[in-house]
Amino acid sequence: MLKIVGYTDRPSARPGEQLDFKVSCEGGANSFDSRIVRLICGDDGPISPGYKVVPVEAKVNGSYPGRQQKIDVGSYLLTQQPVTLHASAGFTLAAIVQGHWVDKEAPQVVLACHDLGHVGSVRGVALGLDRSGAGAVTVGDGRGQITLGTGRPLLPKHWYLLAASYDANDRRLTVIQRPLDRQFGEPEISEGSAVIPFNLPDMTAATLTIGASLLPGLSDRRQSQHHFDGKIEAPAIYAGYLDPTKINHPSWAPIPCIARWDFSRDIAAKIVKDQSGNGHDGELINLPNRAVTGANWHSETTNWRERPDLYGAIHFHSDDLYDMGWATDFTWELPNDLASGIYACELTTKDGGEDILPFFVLPPKGKVTASVAFLASTYTYLAYANSHHGYEDALSEVCYGALLELGPTEQFLKDRRDFGVSLYDRHRDGSGSCYSSWLRPILNTRPKRTIWNFNADLHITDWLQAIGQPYDIITDDRIHAEGVELLQNYRCVIAGTHPEYHSTAMLDAFERYQKDGGRLIYLGGNGFYWRIATNPAWPAAIELRRGEAGTRCYELPPGERYHAFTGEFGGLWRSQGRAPQKMLGVGFVTEGFDASSYYLRLADSFDPRAAFIFDGIGPDDRIGDFGILGGAAGLELDASDPELGTPAHALILASSVEHSNVFLLTPEEMLAGFPGLDAIENAKCRAELVFFETPSGGAVFSTGSIGWASSLSHNGYDNNVSRLTLNVLRRFLDPEPFA
Amino acid sequence: MFEIDSSRLDLAQEFKRKPFGRHSADLQRILNRMRSEPFEGHYVLLRDGRFGPWKLAQLGRRPQDPMTLTGHIFDDRHQAEWAVFKLRWQRLTGQELPLD
Repeated sequence: MLKIVGYTDRPSARPGEQLDFKVSCEGGANSFDSRIVRLICGDDGPISPGYKVVPVEAKVNGSYPGRQQKIDVGSYLLTQQPVTLHASAGFTLAAIVQGHWVDKEAPQVVLACHDLGHVGSVRGVALGLDRSGAGAVTVGDGRGQITLGTGRPLLPKHWYLLAASYDANDRRLTVIQRPLDRQFGEPEISEGSAVIPFNLPDMTAATLTIGASLLPGLSDRRQSQHHFDGKIEAPAIYAGYLDPTKINHPSWAPIPCIARWDFSRDIAAKIVKDQSGNGHDGELINLPNRAVTGANWHSETTNWRERPDLYGAIHFHSDDLYDMGWATDFTWELPNDLASGIYACELTTKDGGEDILPFFVLPPKGKVTASVAFLASTYTYLAYANSHHGYEDALSEVCYGALLELGPTEQFLKDRRDFGVSLYDRHRDGSGSCYSSWLRPILNTRPKRTIWNFNADLHITDWLQAIGQPYDIITDDRIHAEGVELLQNYRCVIAGTHPEYHSTAMLDAFERYQKDGGRLIYLGGNGFYWRIATNPAWPAAIELRRGEAGTRCYELPPGERYHAFTGEFGGLWRSQGRAPQKMLGVGFVTEGFDASSYYLRLADSFDPRAAFIFDGIGPDDRIGDFGILGGAAGLELDASDPELGTPAHALILASSVEHSNVFLLTPEEMLAGFPGLDAIENAKCRAELVFFETPSGGAVFSTGSIGWASSLSHNGYDNNVSRLTLNVLRRFLDPEPFA
Repeated sequence: MFEIDSSRLDLAQEFKRKPFGRHSADLQRILNRMRSEPFEGHYVLLRDGRFGPWKLAQLGRRPQDPMTLTGHIFDDRHQAEWAVFKLRWQRLTGQELPLD
């Protein structure tokens, strides 16, 4: 049980800017303490450098009242303008739906019109599914309620027209479901009909929701319930009774329309316009999936921008989460003289609770305060945010080569789906997660956690501190926003242990930086691998559309592999002509999590061009046969490939050896399956150290291993990994151009 | 489907000596079978402290279902790997592994 958690309103800031801190005492404490620190190292393991921080005098250090803050998880559409529904004149609701979690044994709302001011029992009407997964309508007069179903559960992932009508003349309520792709044994139509024993009230200030309903009677906040997991298309509500069996499509009926929505319009937008002319525009809450195939999509195109009319559905999930929406507990205006670095707010409670929430401070805009910048991989941290993948996939253990371990964070997240999912997870309905947002506690981007991503990157800042090298911190999100301007004044940029996710704007910035002579040190593995996209309408989120290639934990359905945010094709950069081998000399080939190994020098390492790199390192030295992970070559590994863009003049300096059977060739390296895919039999499964010069006097050095940085501190930072890295850094900071 | 030969105690001893890293091809086949067990009942380790101890548990039918503690507690992960190896050996071969 984590007793206190928090988040900041954004990952990075500059001196003079403000950061809002939002805290929840999950263990019931009524107060908490905060202390700002500069983070040097986050690895507190028994053979690790230790948790190292420098306290910061900050106005926000101190004690605060605490409480548990509420969470509204799950996506839906909410209209703002009050709706008038004269039930005494009858009404009709309709939508096309495709249920993805039909057997979840809970009511699911497709379209609701409720009087939320009424406390207690439901007052209004909702079209959706009943607990059995059958099409259903629920009506209530504020005292009693009735759910009427068709008696036939939907087939999962099949399209249906759902409709319900109320004939006020005889108080008859009817609901139908009509399969749009009828399967063997299915009736043309399934229907439920009954006379209800009470009069439905007229409503003049009702609220329309799609994909969920709202708990009534909450004046201070919003709480959704009864989420629909699946796709909804063309929902509509009409005034008056219409025989639902006569409805061909929800968007048209010969009676007055109260509201109808066309989800194929403005696919990147957060606001969905009401097409009825009555102004019932809706705001999407918690970022459901758009640019998903609709009921009329039959493989005509896989790109929604070519035929948006075939993309009229939205896929809602009960575990979508964009914004926790917590109240701010305190705001820190970063002092103008605050040094660039990785900082954290230590939150503690008297009952032993602790959360250490990091944030990244860049130098003032347009200024650099060191010659080298360390790139914090904020988009990659976000991609993995609150990942459940390891313990929700039965194949994880055989892939990792070790028993799965759930520490306190994983156990907490397993029980708390309301903290959202990562880009590695499947939603509860089985569909792949495409979005991740900063506006929540990200409990695996913390010090004192597994050596992975953020906590592994802190080994690099620890090393920079140990060697006395001043550095600035820059971040993915700021490069995306500011481009090469953020990079261009640094002589050298260090990318961290696992910079995996990048936008088009980021790659453009790095390409320009390299063309202009910038020097790049890449101390990681599986870098610059996936394309992500952003959207000003959802500024705290990234989007990923995983396609048919890559080491991945799900594959999106056909026709849904173009980003809704930008229209760009998603997936591997390699599949789009920008393989990491072009930029870094190396690209992902294999991964394994059981044991790490070491490198041996290759012939290129004795080339005079590489002499500076191996100064002080013997010809037969095992490079990195030590470290916190047991070796510098481990976890995820990259290697050169001239066909994918490794420059012809690149020096392949060293190669890792002796990896286990768990390290298998990544799928995109195979055209067909064949025996001998593991590191014992397949020579491609290795990490390589690569160096090459670029035009305009720049250069690149890559280690191709996530594990590299975990060996830097071995023997008091006196070892050949540290020595080699320092040799490279010193030369890369020397203004003398590489020739 | 590959079946484990319960007479190959040499492979069990190989695993005990080195649970992580390179294994012989014959041992790797055993591990692939053991570690690919279905989701429901799959063994996992729960750690409440920063560096152990580890409690053995089994996953429920679905990811959201509660886990069940087996009662085994370990001070290090090597112990845990060996204990689970023995449990799986017995289940897959029908015979108790005659090694400590």
